[in-house]
Amino acid sequence: MPASLVQTESILAIDVGAAVTRAALFDVVEGEYRFVAAGQAPSTAEAPFKNIGIGVREAITNLQNVTGTILLGAQDNSIISPSQPDGSGVDGVVATMSAGPAVKTVIAGLLSDVSLHSARRLAESTYSRVVDTLDLSDKRRPDQQLDSIVRSRPDLVVLTGGTDGGASRSMLRMLEAVGLACYLMPEEKRPMVLYAGNHNLANEVQELLGGHAGKLQISPNVRPSLEMEDLEPASNVLASLVTNLRQRQIKGVDELYLWSSGNLLPTAYAQGRMIRFLSRLYESTRGLLSVNIGASASTVAAGFNGELTLGVYPQFGLGENLGGILQHTDIEQIMRWMQLDISSNTLREFLFQKSLYPSTVPATQDEHAIMQAIARQALYLAVRAAQKDFPANVRAARTELMPKLDLILAGGGAIADGGSLGQSLLLLLDAIQPVGIMPFLLDQNNLLPLLGAAASRNQYLPVQVIESGAFIGMGTVVSVIASANYGETVVRAKLIYADGTEVRTEVKFGGLEIIPLPSGQTARLTLSPLRRADAGLGPGRSGVVPVTGGALGVVIDARGRPLNLPADPVRRRELMKRWSHAVGG
Amino acid sequence: MLAPVLHVLPLATIVRERTLPVAGKVSAHLNQRVSPTDVIAEANFAREHVLIDVARTFNVPTKVADKMIKVNERDRVAQGALVADSGGMFSRSIRAPRAGRVMVAGGGQILMEVGDTKIELRAGLPGVVTQVLTDRGVVIRTAGALIQGVWGNGRIDSGLMTSLIEKHDDILTADRLDVSLRGSVILGGHVRDTDTLRAAAELPVRGLILSSMYSTLLQTAYQMKYPILVLEGFGAMPMNSAAFKLLTTNNKREATVNAEHFDRYNGNRPEVIIPLPVSNEPDEPNPYEAFAAGQTVRMKRPPHAGMIGSIISLRAGLSELPSGLRAAAADVRLENGETLIVPLVNLEVVG
Repeated sequence: MPASLVQTESILAIDVGAAVTRAALFDVVEGEYRFVAAGQAPSTAEAPFKNIGIGVREAITNLQNVTGTILLGAQDNSIISPSQPDGSGVDGVVATMSAGPAVKTVIAGLLSDVSLHSARRLAESTYSRVVDTLDLSDKRRPDQQLDSIVRSRPDLVVLTGGTDGGASRSMLRMLEAVGLACYLMPEEKRPMVLYAGNHNLANEVQELLGGHAGKLQISPNVRPSLEMEDLEPASNVLASLVTNLRQRQIKGVDELYLWSSGNLLPTAYAQGRMIRFLSRLYESTRGLLSVNIGASASTVAAGFNGELTLGVYPQFGLGENLGGILQHTDIEQIMRWMQLDISSNTLREFLFQKSLYPSTVPATQDEHAIMQAIARQALYLAVRAAQKDFPANVRAARTELMPKLDLILAGGGAIADGGSLGQSLLLLLDAIQPVGIMPFLLDQNNLLPLLGAAASRNQYLPVQVIESGAFIGMGTVVSVIASANYGETVVRAKLIYADGTEVRTEVKFGGLEIIPLPSGQTARLTLSPLRRADAGLGPGRSGVVPVTGGALGVVIDARGRPLNLPADPVRRRELMKRWSHAVGG
Repeated sequence: MLAPVLHVLPLATIVRERTLPVAGKVSAHLNQRVSPTDVIAEANFAREHVLIDVARTFNVPTKVADKMIKVNERDRVAQGALVADSGGMFSRSIRAPRAGRVMVAGGGQILMEVGDTKIELRAGLPGVVTQVLTDRGVVIRTAGALIQGVWGNGRIDSGLMTSLIEKHDDILTADRLDVSLRGSVILGGHVRDTDTLRAAAELPVRGLILSSMYSTLLQTAYQMKYPILVLEGFGAMPMNSAAFKLLTTNNKREATVNAEHFDRYNGNRPEVIIPLPVSNEPDEPNPYEAFAAGQTVRMKRPPHAGMIGSIISLRAGLSELPSGLRAAAADVRLENGETLIVPLVNLEVVG
């Protein structure tokens, strides 16, 4: 639709999460798009409801109660669209969805460190769980491969391999195994297949798989040449396949698809799309990082010069997969974040019990503290997994550190429900362990993916909504890399406010300092590191940087990178409590 | 807001679908009265496949190879049977490496399914067949007590239920399992060691109904050939009073323990069914209903996980919880008289 026709339309954006369904209304206020309000309700994809429509309608009803605008028809309980002269209804609907079981995925490629690596990255751009892998180094016979595929009952097969015009014979052999496996499965259970390999084989792929796959989509090659990897077109096709799969798996998705005129995207894909867009729009020289911890998955999207790295990790979600996190991390690694004195056995049982009831919320302070510790480790693991796929030219000061970033934007239940903004920020600092100087934003209403979905309908809406302050500015963080003993001063800082007043502080190694700077204000921060510490300007380098305010102000994190916590649990818990107190308790 | 319902019912009409994992032959017929051990459907399931690459073996093009293939799709072939022959003066042949059935013959290849396994599907519960699902299974209808759990090891069996639980937080240990319990379904409390699970296997028992067990036992529990059903969850959790009362009062009755995996998408969950004679068929239970004051509820989260209470009132809007979070909530009075604010998402209605 041409932009001129949609400039003043109101848009209802719906996100169906594994635990919570949200409905957000965007409308034009004083000539610019604004986030008006949001309503939410428990998601109903799972039994006993088994229809996302129930949760969607409840979320919209709650939104109606907030705004007073009638959005659902009294007769049919369907969305009123376009908006009516009496003010009811909306002009458009967009939707995102992360609810649903992890997509069981078989990935296939020729070389493990080339095409298979791309296939894995592609699979990780959505809510998939890789159940089998095929490549040239696979020592199994073709019939064993075939049996393995049939046994794993995949929902999706991602096929890559061969540069355009390159290898074909090995690729065809792999296609045969996949085609036969599909043929052997009951028709209603056949997997969807995405082919993103040697484009010259497209006809053969169609011939071999077209009649046997649940649905076959052919996308441009993820490896058009050996040196080049281009996941974007294939991830676009994959997003559409996953939406089709959800239509097949879950009731009510069809209806949402209709309401949104096909603008229904996997949540993580929409999140990634926004980060790529923002990275291009703001010409970010370093990078933008967006993290989201939800019940279905932890998602990390990073944009570097317009290039997107997107990682979706259901294994690090805080819902039904929570018990499985112990396959990826030692329980002691979660225990290190614990402010409470509980045993590792208690924590283990907590993880498994929570996985039985993914949509429940912590009701007591102790439970909340445990969930925050688990969320720290889940996000820590997700960020490290995504970091491996950051572009090769994005360098960190040391391999175990994060590269410098321009901005960190965070969302998801565990972060937004941190108890306080200070606790949310502390969780992010512990898990991401950023370096350098950057502002932190909190997407309290999980708008980022919704804006990503809306972008395909209205290009002005996302920018205007973001610039209107829909995200909460938590503050500017200065993360210090230093090698010192606890208690030794590593940075001297001076903040000069716009009115000329100034605040000076000395930050000791192991400490967290907050200098107040309200939202909307800017100031000049002078940093003078000691002991060759790097406060974001280079080792031992002093300088003055402009900083923006936020709910917390300017936060100087001198706890070291990487963050080494004391081995003694009593001392560690004391330290954690002190840091927690420093950010507001 | 709608509430999921946990069924702990002394008497209900229970309708369950019992299906084969693959297409097969259904032997039960409409209106047939079945007992738990009756075989109601069978299927042959090939666990493996063998791919014979005729073109490659004879080093000929695909189309030529197709002419050399001597079997057709769906043919059953014995081990050593001729499946392809190159013909000519120096004829070479390929023989079936194993007995099986030809699935595909073409494209220069033969694909056979081998290692046939026969699957027998048993009724699992006593009742009447009310629907035959062609090639897949049946729908069985019965009346009795229904008690749902939260975790199962994927097995199903029936037997006389014997209660070894005296109070809600009892611990079941191996030394309480003696030979007199052979063939029984044991109602126990919390299990904390693998010895208990193994002792039950050695008897053997027909099933274990537990309040809770440690998550470290999961691997062993999956290996057991008898059904293990957990009512509350992982850790040391007492049995909820509603299930405790209902199960113990049905001591020494036949019980079916369907310890199937909790599938949160299709709604299948582990359950105990105790068939009971009825003169009038009771109602089928509702899978969900709207939260309302007066409902009996079960807490899903610590520190009161598994405890039963009743909703005093539903709070308007969002309420601040002791954790600092805000959520739709209810005031709930527990059986011990304690009153607390509980987020609705942490509750399930018992009924």
